[in-house]
Amino acid sequence: MSTVTTTVDARGQSCPGPLVTLHRALKEARSGDLLELLATDPGSKSDVPSWAELSGNELLEATEEQGVYRYVIRKG
Amino acid sequence: MGAQTNADPDELTRLIEAALEERERHGPNAKNKITIIAWDGHLDRVWPTLILSTTAAASGMEVSVFFTFWGLFALVRPERRITGKDWMTRMLSALNPGSTARAKLSRYNFAGLGPWMLGRIAKEYKTPHPTELLGLAQEMGVRLIPCQMTMDLMGLTKDDLIDGLEEPIGAATALLEMKESAIQLFI
Repeated sequence: MSTVTTTVDARGQSCPGPLVTLHRALKEARSGDLLELLATDPGSKSDVPSWAELSGNELLEATEEQGVYRYVIRKG
Repeated sequence: MGAQTNADPDELTRLIEAALEERERHGPNAKNKITIIAWDGHLDRVWPTLILSTTAAASGMEVSVFFTFWGLFALVRPERRITGKDWMTRMLSALNPGSTARAKLSRYNFAGLGPWMLGRIAKEYKTPHPTELLGLAQEMGVRLIPCQMTMDLMGLTKDDLIDGLEEPIGAATALLEMKESAIQLFI
């Protein structure tokens, strides 16, 4: 079972911040790596799945807890 | 009495089918690329242009932004207050200050109060200002391309513009950039 290797903390950032921060972290990662993105921007609910489709990365999980959105992404 | 309609539904269907066939023949613009024509230099136009550019780059798309007419002034160095080769172009630059830092709002500018307030609100919501986004865009490999004709027309030199730009191009090259892009926008 693979585990999350990197946590990207984009809490407090607003569009396009979280995706830019995530993109930076992905450049350091290897294909197949699991990354966790934490965000408070409600726009990320639609934007992270759209970004995954555009960029060819896989969105495995999307959850929300107390205003913090958590996404798990596998690098394509 | 039968009202006259100028759109015959059959004719419309034929037109749509012809357009679809035409598109089929040329194939879809498959390149994972977006080209934006940045024509307007107002803060509230340059801002979404740069948000889309950086987001597209973060999504792995190739991004070209062609800065033409008033849009080119967004690329002027902040410290270069007056540009131009004669009194007319200098006067234009005085009326239309260059750089994203000095860009005005297209509405509710109120002598700079509007941009200042919008900047304050954006900071509160941690939305990066266009000046910051411009740097980010360059860092992410977004190609910022000045329009050669506008440079000549407005008397702008390479020294007036920020560093790290692509070579200035003309309309045909801009069209080529658009043609090979899956998305083309004029902002």
